[in-house]
Amino acid sequence: MSSSDQPVEVDRQTMDVDIVCAGFGPATGGFLTTLTQAWTENPADPAFESKAAPGMPLQVLCYERADDLAAGVSGVVTRAAGIRSSFPALDPAAIPMAAAIRQDRVFYLLDPIGASRRSALLRLGDLFLGLGRESWVRDHAFELPWTPTFLHKHGGLVLSIGQFNQWVGSQLMAGGLVQIWPGTPVSRPIFAKTGQANRAVAGLRLADQGVDKHGIPADGYMPGMDVCARLTVVGDGPVGAVGQKLDERFGLPAGHARREWALGMKFVIELPAETTLEPGTVWHTFGFPEPEIFGFLYVHPERLASVGIFVPSWLGDPARTVYRYLQHYIQHPALWRHLKGGTLRSWGAKSLEESGRHGEPFLTGDGFARIGEGSGSTNMLTGSGVDEAWTTGVQLGEAVLELLRAGLPFTQQNLSDTYEKRRRASWVDRGAREAANARNGFHGGFVRGLIGMGLAGLTRGHLSMPAHIPPAPKQIHGSKSYGKAGIKLRQAARLAMADGRPLHDALMTARGWPEITYDGQLLVTHQDALLLGGKVQAMPGFADHVVFLDRHRCIACQEKTCIAMCSGQALTLGSDGGPDFEREKCVHCGACLWNCINSPDGERSNIEFTAGAGGLHSAEN
Amino acid sequence: MPTALHIVVCAGIVPDPLQTLEPTTGPSGPGIKNELVLPAVLDPWAACALYEAANLASKNPGCKLWLVSLGPKAKLQQVMMTVAQKVAFELVPVDGPIGGFPDAHSTAAVLADAINGIAGLDKAKLLLFGGWESATRGAGVTLQLVGERLGIADQFQGVDQITLRDDGSFEVLERAEGGKHQVSVCASAPAVLGWATGNLPEPRNNPQVGMANMRTIMPALQRAKTVALDANSLRYVSVSLPKQQRETRVEKNMSADEIARELVAWIGEDSL
Repeated sequence: MSSSDQPVEVDRQTMDVDIVCAGFGPATGGFLTTLTQAWTENPADPAFESKAAPGMPLQVLCYERADDLAAGVSGVVTRAAGIRSSFPALDPAAIPMAAAIRQDRVFYLLDPIGASRRSALLRLGDLFLGLGRESWVRDHAFELPWTPTFLHKHGGLVLSIGQFNQWVGSQLMAGGLVQIWPGTPVSRPIFAKTGQANRAVAGLRLADQGVDKHGIPADGYMPGMDVCARLTVVGDGPVGAVGQKLDERFGLPAGHARREWALGMKFVIELPAETTLEPGTVWHTFGFPEPEIFGFLYVHPERLASVGIFVPSWLGDPARTVYRYLQHYIQHPALWRHLKGGTLRSWGAKSLEESGRHGEPFLTGDGFARIGEGSGSTNMLTGSGVDEAWTTGVQLGEAVLELLRAGLPFTQQNLSDTYEKRRRASWVDRGAREAANARNGFHGGFVRGLIGMGLAGLTRGHLSMPAHIPPAPKQIHGSKSYGKAGIKLRQAARLAMADGRPLHDALMTARGWPEITYDGQLLVTHQDALLLGGKVQAMPGFADHVVFLDRHRCIACQEKTCIAMCSGQALTLGSDGGPDFEREKCVHCGACLWNCINSPDGERSNIEFTAGAGGLHSAEN
Repeated sequence: MPTALHIVVCAGIVPDPLQTLEPTTGPSGPGIKNELVLPAVLDPWAACALYEAANLASKNPGCKLWLVSLGPKAKLQQVMMTVAQKVAFELVPVDGPIGGFPDAHSTAAVLADAINGIAGLDKAKLLLFGGWESATRGAGVTLQLVGERLGIADQFQGVDQITLRDDGSFEVLERAEGGKHQVSVCASAPAVLGWATGNLPEPRNNPQVGMANMRTIMPALQRAKTVALDANSLRYVSVSLPKQQRETRVEKNMSADEIARELVAWIGEDSL
């Protein structure tokens, strides 16, 4: 039973503030920076007088689930237009691991192993490219001689989002207006009983502490506090508990749905001493380890590189262990030439909400506004999300300042007239509209996907591939649909159940991928990776944040895709054939939420992903 | 009724032990690779001391609690974002360097100065708390040196429990071998208590405590005095990772001088 199911209401502490934020990432960073900069310019501005604590400055709080602001995960290359607008004198050297982009290249990777699932058309293309091995193919990679501008991020930055968040957080706290509290998960919004609009929020409820894994009060029980606020800012990302609860309660606007996802996973690698890769080098790849899997290599200062892949929901194959795919990816000859001899310093993973504008929720209501990736701001055509998220935060910050100075309340109408209006008129929304259907084609195959992206990009979204996008559970093809390959997958699953070997590796091996030869330095077991860089930890006293709604449905599931996709091997095969969850290994990527084939209603997952503390402690992600 | 004590906790900040900590040697001596990039946490040993101090203060009306910490202001601020939700205290920050292997004497001098500068502190009521050991690369003697500079003769190390008595005295349990404790009774403050792990769990995050703390912490950080540690007080001949964590035996009949001579000889062997 989860804590939210408890029938008995307990006495909770309450606290009144002016503005409370859920989640600290680029979007909330942009929002709080905008407020702080305005306050610093004129602390005597009456707009900043608190109503919650008369005589005090505006009371602004932000609660972040992760144990540290530096524990955010994302390998980022960004145009940084919005970020630079907030910090006109920004010197990348001030942010650890940041570098100005110097080189931006795109490669199509051939399959040197022969294990990837390539269509006949693609194999024909590969054959053609292979004929010119000496002249245009090097290390099984073909560099695109020309790439459209929408793929480039000239003038932008390579960032470690963990370091960027830490840098922004440090400046904000030094400013003195806002308080940011890491290690404090928010369980849900407090829905207002009355409101002029149908959608009304009155604050946030923090997660209960001192409970057992089922959320039942135990030693040191402390009910999560109710933090009541005039404005609740929701920036907790695509799998955040608050955003999910809002969507459950209010639904999405007509015609909107969140059906497209990807899991991004990356390694932070210390490059060999003799590396020739310069800071600011940016490579984008596609074609390997599977055609649908896009990859990247970003080079930071101090011989560090972020190397990663994105495994999309439309991959289809239920055997989709990203850690294993990433190990094959870095060994592709085009990359291995630069990475061999390097050392794995850290790794991380996160879910990306790839529906873009199709997944945009209601942005405002009475007393709340949504910003960042969870508000559908990511541009899936340019593959850009951080700058967009930051900018939506800035737009809300400007809107809030306008309302405070006008003495107007944070009603849905006022927030719509200020925040939504700014957003709709901005480059963020223009880009989102252009990108809305850019990736539709991938649901009809890799080649159709590429053509669709090209069409959308070159026509600014006027043309795109038509497609029906099924719910995420329907995008996973059951192993029965794979014929002999499917039988192998089922055999591997049975074997894993019988002898306890990790299901993740068993499935990938059954799918034809060679075993990894570990070197203990860069190629290490999945379990060893959990102890590298920032180790994974979970504070005691919180409930399990991954909950299986119908255990029988999980036991009957043939594919166990949630286990195969789990970034930290926190989900393993239990003795009853269903998945077991170990909170201490979870990196909070949220992949289990959209990698469930056994949906109870065809749309939602059989897994509930709630608020939880802990996770990766990596500061370099 | 126990005395209303003034408790000062000395707590350093250290790189999050969950990170990969890689030793390296830079221009200023031995250190940890990319230390400034790594998030910091309150020294785990000193954190136990803080939680014990807060518990003591909450149960004994009139007690006051200060947390004295030396480190770069930005790092101190980052650590306070986590610590300040747990227990109520008044921060006395000292803006100084972090990293490498700081000289315990220089560090102790700075901390003692900071404690001497605390307005309203009554040294006759002072209990100086800190970690028995440290996750920093310090020599593990900083707390004792601070105590000496403050003129405090009663010092206890490896403390797991303190019980205040109505007459102003207190009983201290110091950790000994074999899971046993040495029981001492101290007539009155002042005293130095270097804590082992104590008996308390890490307190839950309490947002109201955080809000109250931050109202004093942020102004204190803005006023923090900047200091420089004496960089020339130590010369590093070599640094290596410890090969042996601990070597203990129980001696009941040796004199203190004999024990000291043997320790010096043992340390000499280790440095060869």
